[in-house]
Amino acid sequence: MRYLLRRLGFFALTLWVALTLNFLLPRLMPGDPAEALMARFRGRVPLSSIKPLLAEFGVDTTSSLASQYLTYMKNMLTGNWGVSTTTLGEPVSQIIREALPWTLGLVGVTTVLAFILGTGIGIVAGWKRGGKLDGLLPPVFVITSALPYFWVALLFILMFSVWTNGYLPSDMGVDNTLDTSWSWQYAGNVLQHAILPAATILITSIGGWILTMRNNMITTLAEDYVRMGRAKGLPSRTIMLRYAARNAFLPNLSGFAMSLGYVISGAILVEYTFNYPGLGYKLYDATINVDYPLMQALFLLITVAVLLAVLVCDFATFALDPRARDKG
Amino acid sequence: MTAVIAGQAAAPAKPRLPSGRRGGSVVTAIRSNRKAMVGVVIFGVFAVMAAFPQLFTSVTDPQLRAFDVSLPPSREHLLGTTAFGQDIFAQLVYGTRQSLLIAIIAGAFATVLSVLVGVSAGYLGGVGDGALSLFTDVFLVIPTFPLIIILATYAGKGSISVVIAVLVITGWSYGARQLRSQTLSLRNRDFLEAARVRGERRFYIIIVEVLPTMTSLILANFLGAALYAVLTAAGLQYLGLGDPSSNSWGTMLYWAQSQSALQTGQVWWAVAPGLCVALLGASFALLNYAFDEISNPALRPVRRARVKRSNP
Repeated sequence: MRYLLRRLGFFALTLWVALTLNFLLPRLMPGDPAEALMARFRGRVPLSSIKPLLAEFGVDTTSSLASQYLTYMKNMLTGNWGVSTTTLGEPVSQIIREALPWTLGLVGVTTVLAFILGTGIGIVAGWKRGGKLDGLLPPVFVITSALPYFWVALLFILMFSVWTNGYLPSDMGVDNTLDTSWSWQYAGNVLQHAILPAATILITSIGGWILTMRNNMITTLAEDYVRMGRAKGLPSRTIMLRYAARNAFLPNLSGFAMSLGYVISGAILVEYTFNYPGLGYKLYDATINVDYPLMQALFLLITVAVLLAVLVCDFATFALDPRARDKG
Repeated sequence: MTAVIAGQAAAPAKPRLPSGRRGGSVVTAIRSNRKAMVGVVIFGVFAVMAAFPQLFTSVTDPQLRAFDVSLPPSREHLLGTTAFGQDIFAQLVYGTRQSLLIAIIAGAFATVLSVLVGVSAGYLGGVGDGALSLFTDVFLVIPTFPLIIILATYAGKGSISVVIAVLVITGWSYGARQLRSQTLSLRNRDFLEAARVRGERRFYIIIVEVLPTMTSLILANFLGAALYAVLTAAGLQYLGLGDPSSNSWGTMLYWAQSQSALQTGQVWWAVAPGLCVALLGASFALLNYAFDEISNPALRPVRRARVKRSNP
C-alpha cells in the first residue's frame, strides 16, 4: 500500500512541478503577452479590451507574482482555462473538447496497439533466439526507431497520396463536405483519414518495444528458474509466457510509461504534417498565434495524460510484481 | 591498438574481447560488430561533409537564390533546385554541419549532466540519492516536446544556443537513471571497498575508480542523447521554430513543407533532408545498439545457434 501512496505522491509532485514550470516560463521569458497581443491586433483591438482578456487567465501584470500564481493554480485545477486569444472569445475548454477525441482516437489507440504488438513480437523474437524473425527484426527496428516521425509521414503522403492520385487522404481528420453525424459513411471517412497518421506512429514507435522486450526476454531466459521450468518438463508455451515473458515484461511496462512523452512529441509532428485536428495541431497553432491561455491549458492536459498513464503503469506493476508490493 | 585497416572485420571466428578491461578494446569491439561498423561509416561520411562541405559541391553560398527555380535533378544540380532557386544538394551538404554540431554538443552536455546526477545519486545513497532520483524522475516524466515548443516560442525563434540549451535540459534524465542503477550495482564491489580502505577521497574514487568501468554505458548514453538531439532539433526546425535562414536539414524541411514541395512534384526537396536526418539518427542508433551488444554478451547475435540452443 505504501508503494501506491508513494506513487500517488510522485504524481502530485510532478504535476505541481509541471504546472509551476508552465506558470514561470512565460514570465521569465522576455516579452509581455499583452504587448505580443497588441502587436497582433494592431489597431483593431484597443489595449483596454486586451487587459481583461489576459487577466482572465492570470497573466495580469498589475498584481504580485504570488497572487498571480495562486489565481493561475486555481484556474488550472478547476478547469477555468479562460478564452482563446486567437479567436478572441472562444473558451479554451471548448477548443480542447473538440480536439481531444481526435488525439485520443489516433494517438491513444495507436500507442497502445504499438505497445501490445511490439511486446508480442519481442517475446517471440527473444524466445526463438537466432531464428529467422530474430535475425531480421533487430537491425530493421533499430533503424525504424531512429526515423524522424515527420519524415515517415512525408514519405507516406508521397507514396499513398501524391503518387496514387489521392488514394488515401493526406490532410485533415475528415472531409469537410461531410456533416458530423453518426453514419457509416462518416465513420468510414474518419477511418480512412486516420490510416496514414496511424501507420506513421505505429511504424516509428513499435521498434522500441520490440527491441527492449526481446532483450529483456533474452536476459530472463538465462535465469535459473527458467532452466528449472525446462527441467520439470513444462510445455514450452508455459515457460515462454508464464516464466520468461511475465518477468521480462515488467521493465517494458515502466519503459512504456517513461517513453510516452516521446510518443507525444512524435504525435505533435504527425498531427502537424497531416493537419490532423487534434491537440498537437492545436498546440502548434497556439504557439504560432502566441495564444497563451490555449498553450497553458494544452500543456496541462498533455502532462496530466502522460502522468495518468504512468500511474496506470505503476498500478499494473503493483499488481504484477510481488517485489513492488513487498518493498512498499 | 593500430586502427589502420578499415576493412570489414566481421569475421565470426574472431574472438571477442571483453570490453572495458584493456585500452582500445572499444575500437576492436566496434570493428568486430557489423552494426557498429555501418554506424561508424555513416557517421564518418557526415563528419567529413560537415568539416569540408566545399569538397562535395561547387556552390559556396547555399542560401543564395542563384539558379532557376524548381529544376528537376540533373548533372549540374544533383537533386534539383528549390522553389527559390537554391541548389538542394548544396543545401544538404552545408546543412550537415549544424545538425551534427547540435547532436554532438547537446549530446555531450546532456551526458555530462546525467553522469553528474546519476553517478552522484548512485554513489552517495541516502537522502542525496532520494532527492536526485526524484528530480530525475520528474524530468523524465514531464512531456518535454510540448515544453520545448512552448519554450522555443517564448525564447524567440532561432538562436542555435537556445535550441541546444533546451535539448540539454530535456535530454539528460534518461541517462541519469541508467547510470544511477549501474553505480548502485558497483557501489559495494571489492575494488571500491579497497579504495575506501586506502583512504581515497570520494571525488577521487568516483573519477578514477567508478567512471572508467562505465565507459561503454556512458558512450551509449551519449549516443542516445545525440540521437534525441538530432531528431528533436530537426522536428523543431521543421515546425518553423528554428532560425528560418539557417543552413540545416530541419530548416530545409520547413521550407519544403511550407512550399508544398510534395504536392508540386519537388520530391527531393522534402525527402532528401529527412533521409539525412534518418541516416544520421540511424548511425547513432546502430552504434548504440552495438554497444549494448558489446557490453552485454547475452544480446550478441548467436552465430552458432544450433549448438547453443540445446544448452541455454
